[in-house]
Amino acid sequence: MWDASDIRVKLSGNEVLHGVNFAARPGQVTAIVGPNGSGKTTLLRALTQEVEYSGAIALGGKDVKRLKPWELADIRAVLPQSSRIAFPFTVLEVVRLGLLNGSAATHSNIPTLALSRVGLDGYEGRFFQELSGGEQQRVQLARVLAQVWVPVAEDAPRWLFLDEPVASLDIGHQIEVMGIARDFAGAGGGVVAVMHDLNLTAIYADHVTVLAGGMCLATGTPSQVLTDETLTHAYGCHLRVNTLPENGTTFVLPHSVRQAG
Amino acid sequence: MASLDDAELEKLGPLAGDREARARRVAVFLGALLIIVSVASLATGASGTSLWRVLGAVLSGEEIATRDRVILFDIRLPRLTLAILVGAALAVSGAVMQGLFRNPLADPGLVGVGAGAGLGAIGAIVLGGLLPVAFQEAAGYFLVPLAAFFGGWSTVILLYAISTQRGRTSVAVMLLGGIAIAALAGAISGILIYMANDQQLRDLTFWGLGSLAGATWIKVATAAPLIVLALLAAPFLARSLNGLALGEAAAAHLGIPIQRMKTVSILTVAGATGAAVAVSGGIGFVGIVVPHLLRLAIGPDHRMLLPNAALLGAALLILADMIARTIVAPAELPIGIVTAVLGGPFFLWLLLRNRSLLDL
Repeated sequence: MWDASDIRVKLSGNEVLHGVNFAARPGQVTAIVGPNGSGKTTLLRALTQEVEYSGAIALGGKDVKRLKPWELADIRAVLPQSSRIAFPFTVLEVVRLGLLNGSAATHSNIPTLALSRVGLDGYEGRFFQELSGGEQQRVQLARVLAQVWVPVAEDAPRWLFLDEPVASLDIGHQIEVMGIARDFAGAGGGVVAVMHDLNLTAIYADHVTVLAGGMCLATGTPSQVLTDETLTHAYGCHLRVNTLPENGTTFVLPHSVRQAG
Repeated sequence: MASLDDAELEKLGPLAGDREARARRVAVFLGALLIIVSVASLATGASGTSLWRVLGAVLSGEEIATRDRVILFDIRLPRLTLAILVGAALAVSGAVMQGLFRNPLADPGLVGVGAGAGLGAIGAIVLGGLLPVAFQEAAGYFLVPLAAFFGGWSTVILLYAISTQRGRTSVAVMLLGGIAIAALAGAISGILIYMANDQQLRDLTFWGLGSLAGATWIKVATAAPLIVLALLAAPFLARSLNGLALGEAAAAHLGIPIQRMKTVSILTVAGATGAAVAVSGGIGFVGIVVPHLLRLAIGPDHRMLLPNAALLGAALLILADMIARTIVAPAELPIGIVTAVLGGPFFLWLLLRNRSLLDL
């Protein structure tokens, strides 16, 4: 499991994370939510060693800073928010970049399976640049899945770090992608996702950390964390949380803001 | 998870979007092309020496005429070798730079190799006479190439130092810093040109246009170690350069040691182009046109791009050199003019034809 404590990050001299604690367990989807500028992506970047931080981040009790880039790459894959790629690569070539073992990668069928998993069968020969934003996002997801194709390798869970994985997707594909994350966790891997959509978070996450102003506001199960009080405080507007009668799943409708006013 | 075995994969045949098989065929074709143009280059020249006559003599055990032997083994062969080395060095350096800057228009010139080498060469031509006579005699003909090499090399190292802070090299700072340093080197070159006499100006102009004339085995031996070392290092950068196309952060997440690959890339390019420019002057377009053409043919995968670029760069430079030394025979055209006349319009045609794919 990932265990981060007292994480502080300074960007150009301004501290944007003020001592955040964060934990993620294998077999779970852990969501990081919060308003714009609350430090969600920065926390993800600290976890993936993209920004310098103070505090400790441990994976299975070992300091992550001590792991080499290639050792980390074997354990976790990271889906970035933007997906610009230099040079005209085909979709197959992009997904193959996720395979770590150089020349053996050529003969692997994992890229084809990964593309099929994200609903892009038959896209292998298309040029990445010529796809729509949502398709590009799913190609990147296929690349990331190919990197950690087996959720548990040699008794150690592998991890997916997703930065707003459903940002540019239609609702059907949002559900499909969250289902992929769910299955990955179900098979014993771990998922850490920065999320904007509170409803998808309520449906698919096992554990939620709410950030606001660079601090951790609440952490726990969706029903513990997604409450009127926490969300109203975090997002600075009056939000009402409800539950579906049939299974108790939490949902938030923006309509409640106007009713309250 | 489900996985097909090899036999089932064979049945599926080549995948769409997989350009490796094509890249291999292109490599075989370019290898054959390189051999053909090499033989053609050995067989043609201003003198009447015939490669076939010499080969015939070798095969029948006759003694080769001294004149033929000198022309073939001391003039044409070193020149051919130098063309292969310089062509491969320029094309591979171009491909590596473009990968590093994630920009298909990047060129070793961007990091100031050309400007620095030019300054070194001009300094040596104009101020060489001021050096102690003993040093001038020791350096001899190598004064200009040596100065060019150190000019180019030190510019790149300076730029690398400027753009590296706390162990991280900023590619953007390097790009902009390269423009600033090239401007500065250009200004100093301008002062030296202002001071130069007519003969020096002529030497300068010809150096700037590039030429393989005067290739000797000694010149080959000076340039070869650095270029060969760089060409051997380049394949190890291929996977990293592929990953870098996704951006630096994504490449790091793939397990690529970014800082190390940047350092190796820059040292490779500085060594190879520095040595190439030192022995041949400013030969343009090879570094841009060759990788571009290959990306259109086989795609941007550097594992295939780099070896193919070496082959095509070498073959093209041999062809350009053949044109340079035969078109106005017995005189000779600077090879930089040939590559620019061929490369410029060709490059434009490529751009116009493939605008949609090049629009990054």
